[in-house]
Amino acid sequence: MKTFYWQVKREFWENRGGFLWAPIVTGVVFLVLNVMAIVAAEVMRARNGIEIGGNNFRVLIEKASSGDLAQVGAALDMTMLSSMALITFVLAFVVFFYCLGSLYDDRRDRSVLFWKSLPLSNTGTVLSKVFSAVILAPAIAVVVGIAVGLVQLVIFSLVLSFHGINMWELLTLAHPVRAVVSLLSSVPVYALWAAPAVGWLMLCSAWARSKPFLWAVAAPVVAGLMVTWFGIMGVFNLPTQWFWSNIVGRALLSVFPGSHFAMDKHAFRGMSEGLGEAHNPLALISPTQTYAVLASPNLWIGVAAGAALIAAAIWFRRTGDDS
Amino acid sequence: MNAIVSASGLRKRYKNTTALDNVDFRIESGRIVGLIGPNGAGKTTALKAILGLTDFEGKLDVLGFDPRTQRDRLMEQVCFIADVAVLPRWIRVHEAIDFVANVHPRFDRAKCEGFLARTKLTPNQRVKQMSKGMIVQLHLALVMAIDARLLVLDEPTLGLDILYRKQFYQSLLEDYFDENKTIIVTTHQVEEIEHILTDLMFIRDGKIVLDADMDTVGERFAEVMVGADKAATARSMKPLDERQVFGKSIFLFDGADRATLEAMGEVRRPSVSDLFVATMKGTYA
Repeated sequence: MKTFYWQVKREFWENRGGFLWAPIVTGVVFLVLNVMAIVAAEVMRARNGIEIGGNNFRVLIEKASSGDLAQVGAALDMTMLSSMALITFVLAFVVFFYCLGSLYDDRRDRSVLFWKSLPLSNTGTVLSKVFSAVILAPAIAVVVGIAVGLVQLVIFSLVLSFHGINMWELLTLAHPVRAVVSLLSSVPVYALWAAPAVGWLMLCSAWARSKPFLWAVAAPVVAGLMVTWFGIMGVFNLPTQWFWSNIVGRALLSVFPGSHFAMDKHAFRGMSEGLGEAHNPLALISPTQTYAVLASPNLWIGVAAGAALIAAAIWFRRTGDDS
Repeated sequence: MNAIVSASGLRKRYKNTTALDNVDFRIESGRIVGLIGPNGAGKTTALKAILGLTDFEGKLDVLGFDPRTQRDRLMEQVCFIADVAVLPRWIRVHEAIDFVANVHPRFDRAKCEGFLARTKLTPNQRVKQMSKGMIVQLHLALVMAIDARLLVLDEPTLGLDILYRKQFYQSLLEDYFDENKTIIVTTHQVEEIEHILTDLMFIRDGKIVLDADMDTVGERFAEVMVGADKAATARSMKPLDERQVFGKSIFLFDGADRATLEAMGEVRRPSVSDLFVATMKGTYA
C-alpha cells in the first residue's frame, strides 16, 4: 500500500504540469476573462448611463416568487459550474495524453531501466498509472474547479452587491455544497466510464515501438472505415453507426467527462425524475443523475473491456524489450 | 558452492541474430566479474536476462530466483546501473531519494545522503540540469546505499571524463564492495577496470570464449618479447597474436611452457586489452 502511494506520488511529480497546473491555469484564465468582462460591462454602463440592477433589481428580488428565486439560484449555480466545464475539457486532454505517454515515455528516454531496477511489480506500476489517470487527475481537477467556482460566485455576488443587492442573501440562493458533493461524487463514475479508453490508450502506450498516438487513433479509425465500407456490421444486424459510437468512440472519447450523456441512452434516464428542477444545471450532475449510468450495460461492458486492455498493457510492460 | 548467478543453456535470438548461443556460466559471491566483448556480442543481452528485462530460453538462476517471473522480488537484492542517463530527466534529487527510500526495503537513506554530501548535487536539482557525470554520481549514490548482493553495471562510465571515471570505480571499491557483494561489469574501457577485476569473461558472437579468474589468466597467458633471431621459433609455437614494437616482436601465448618462453626473452603478464584484441581477432572481418 505504501509502495502504491509512492508510485502514485511519483506520477504526480512527473505530471504536475498536467495534473495540477493545467486546471489551475485554466481556472485563473477563466476568472481573469470574467473579471475583464465585468469591468467592460461596468464601463459601458457608466458611459451610457444605463442602470441594470440597482434599486429596480432589489425591488424585483423582494417581490419575486419562490420560483423566480430558484431561477436566480440556478443562474448562480451556472456561474459556479461554468469554470468546471472548461477545466473538465482541459482535463480530458490531460488524461488522454497522460495515458498515451504513461508506458511509452520512459521507454523512449530509457529511464524504464531505472524504474525496472527497483523492486516494483509491473502490475503495481501500471495500476498506479491507471489510478492517476482516472482518480487522481479528475479529483484534482474537481477540487480546483470547485475553488475557482466559489471564487467566481463571490466575484459575481460582490459585483451585484455594488448595485445594492445583499450579497449574503444572494449567496443563500446558490447551492455550493450540493455542487461540491455532486462534482466529487461524479469522479468514480468517470473512472468507470473512462476505463475502456484509458485501457486502450495505455495498451498502445505499452506496446507501440514509436508513435503511440498514431496507433491509438489510426487503429480504431481505420477499423471503423473498413467496417463502414464493407458493411460488416450488417452481419450482426447492427447499423454501422453502432461500431463508431460503441467501439471507436468508447476507445478514444470516453476520457471526456460527461461523454456518456452523448454515448449512452441510459444516461438521461434519471433526468425525467428531476424534471421539476430541470432548469437548475445542478440537476444534470446530481448523483442520482450521474449514477443512473451504472444501470447501463454499456458502462459495465466498457469496464470489462478496460480491465482486459489494462491486463494486456501489463503483459506488454513485462515482456517489452527495446534492445 | 555459493553461486550468485548460474546459467546453463542460455539462448536468446532476435529476429535474425543470435545474441546468446547456449551459454553456461557461474558467478560466485564476492567476485568482480568483467564481462567483455565487442559491440553486439551479447553482453547487454546477458545482463538483461540476469535482470529479468528480457525473455530467454534455457535455465538461469539469480540468487535463487527466476528473473523472468520473480523480477520484482529479485530486484530487492540486485542493483543495476545502465550506461549513463537512465535516470528520468524530470526527477529532482530529493524526489529520487524519497521514492527509492519508500519503495526499496534495503535502502539506507543516511548512507545515500552521506555519499551525496561529497558531491555538488543539491536536493532541488533536476536530473535535466545535471551533467552526465553528476547523473552518474546521483545514480551511484542511490545504488551504493542499497544493501544488495549483486550489482550489475552496463557501461557505467560511458561518456564520462577521466575524473568521474576514476572516482566511480574508486568509490565502488572503497565504500561498497565487500565479500558479500558481487559486481558484474561490462565496459569497453578495459584498462580502467583491469586492476579491480577478480574474474574475466570474454563473450563473442553469443558464446563465452574465456571464463577464468585473474590468477588463472596470469598463469595461462604470457607475453614474451623476442628479438628478430628467435621470432621464427616463437612463431612455430602457435602464438595467439604477434605484434611489432621497436624492431622486436611481442608474442602472446596461451598455456605455453614458462621456462621455454623465458629462454626466448622477457616474459610479462599480458594486459586484458591485449588479450582481448588477440582473442577477438577477426570479429568484424
